[in-house]
Amino acid sequence: MTGEVQASLRRIWGLMYRHISLYRASWPRLLELAYWPTLQLCIWGFTATFFAARLGNPGIVAAGALLGGVLLWEVALRTQMGLALGFLEEIWSRNLGHVFVSPLRPWELVAALVGISALRVVIGLAPALLLAWLLYAFDIFDIGLMLIPFVADLMVMGWWVALGVISLILRHGAGAEALAWSVLFGLTPLSAVFYPVSILPRAIQPIALALPSSHVFEGMRTVMAGGGVAWGHLGWAIGLNALWLGAAILVFANQFRAARTSGALISIGE
Amino acid sequence: MDVISAVGLTKRYAATLAVDAIDFAVPEGATVGLLGGNGAGKTTTIAMLLGLLIPTAGSIRILGRDMARDRFAALAEMNFSSPYVALPSRLTVGQNLRVYCHLYNVRNASRRIGELAEELNLRDLLDRPAGELSAGQKTRVALAKSLINRPRVLLLDEPTASLDPDTGDLVRGWLERYRATSGCTILLASHNMAEVERLCSDVLMMKRGRIVDRGSPADLLARHNRHDLEEVFLDIARNRTAMAEALV
Repeated sequence: MTGEVQASLRRIWGLMYRHISLYRASWPRLLELAYWPTLQLCIWGFTATFFAARLGNPGIVAAGALLGGVLLWEVALRTQMGLALGFLEEIWSRNLGHVFVSPLRPWELVAALVGISALRVVIGLAPALLLAWLLYAFDIFDIGLMLIPFVADLMVMGWWVALGVISLILRHGAGAEALAWSVLFGLTPLSAVFYPVSILPRAIQPIALALPSSHVFEGMRTVMAGGGVAWGHLGWAIGLNALWLGAAILVFANQFRAARTSGALISIGE
Repeated sequence: MDVISAVGLTKRYAATLAVDAIDFAVPEGATVGLLGGNGAGKTTTIAMLLGLLIPTAGSIRILGRDMARDRFAALAEMNFSSPYVALPSRLTVGQNLRVYCHLYNVRNASRRIGELAEELNLRDLLDRPAGELSAGQKTRVALAKSLINRPRVLLLDEPTASLDPDTGDLVRGWLERYRATSGCTILLASHNMAEVERLCSDVLMMKRGRIVDRGSPADLLARHNRHDLEEVFLDIARNRTAMAEALV
């Protein structure tokens, strides 16, 4: 490994260490990570159990799809929030000035936040996965190897949505911070998390199909219904993610430069 | 050799000209003061030198590197301190310093933190959250952060603002010792004229985005026929003398 690569990895670890130290020092922060996924799982889990009890076998299949949807959608939500909130932490602590006058490259900042968001997903979802197994006998790992690309696709979607949110914060200041919690949540109805795209009004379906998440959840339901590997949906999800991620990187790079031109990196916070 | 060199440096925000085509150079090992009233353009100039702001026009070279093209290589050998930029308040002082050891690729972080803790009397503060420190303690920690990578270029924005005279004097003493032992080049923006007279070999006086006078403190006092820099500052800020009016 060259010295420059080592230095780069060290800078990424430095910023990750900053966030890990924050979580280690605060149990409420750790609790908050697991709180919403667990709460969602409980609400939808009992709803699914109710339907399964009333409808019999079709209800059981639907319940599985519902729980799978809840847990996988949390992967995207927690990834996006983890990345965007990590950036906001630097604004809230008035530390951006120090970070950006260090040799840390913008892409290293994003890489560190991606690492932290992945940790947040693991810590936040582990209790929900365990509860799903204990309370509802639902094991997400029954999806098999296809779970890996599904989870990866949803994490990548979380990244590009978060990059979009960070770009908006760079442009409009911390006034745009509410988007860190709400943007992806707002895409839930279009993401086919709990129902197929075909249920949506015809005019909205193209928008839903432009989101990688719709293809992930359509694919998940196909796999769970025993329909085999949903290569088509997987291909669409990967292609769309590549497109959206590329666009988000361009927007972020432009907005970062614009923030250096306008002075937003110094004055950001209001 | 000039460690910092700015040529035609300009920053315009819409209709406001914050920095107006300034030229200056800071030789190796010098401590140069950047003086001026509020809104004179000092902080904007420092932000451009640090790469936080892209100049509207002009060029900056630091340690021989063009900041428009190669700023990260220069930033690795620079550092910065300002009371207006905080460190994460929930992290302990030790954790904060460790973060910056990683960001600046400092080998043997524990040893470097120990050295700085000894030098700046921080040993008892290492395990305390940064947010629980007094203003004087925060300034010492910020100074430790700014020295973490043994910088060759140090940019300081009002490093002793809001400090009591005792702590302010200690900070000035540390800066003098660090410059003497390391040969570091320092650019210091300050409103404290006594501090500038004590630390700086040269002074750049700014007003409305322009450098209106420059020279050693002794030169400036002689040229303006004054006994201290505060009087010179007021002359220029208020156009009190014909000499000051001519400069502006």
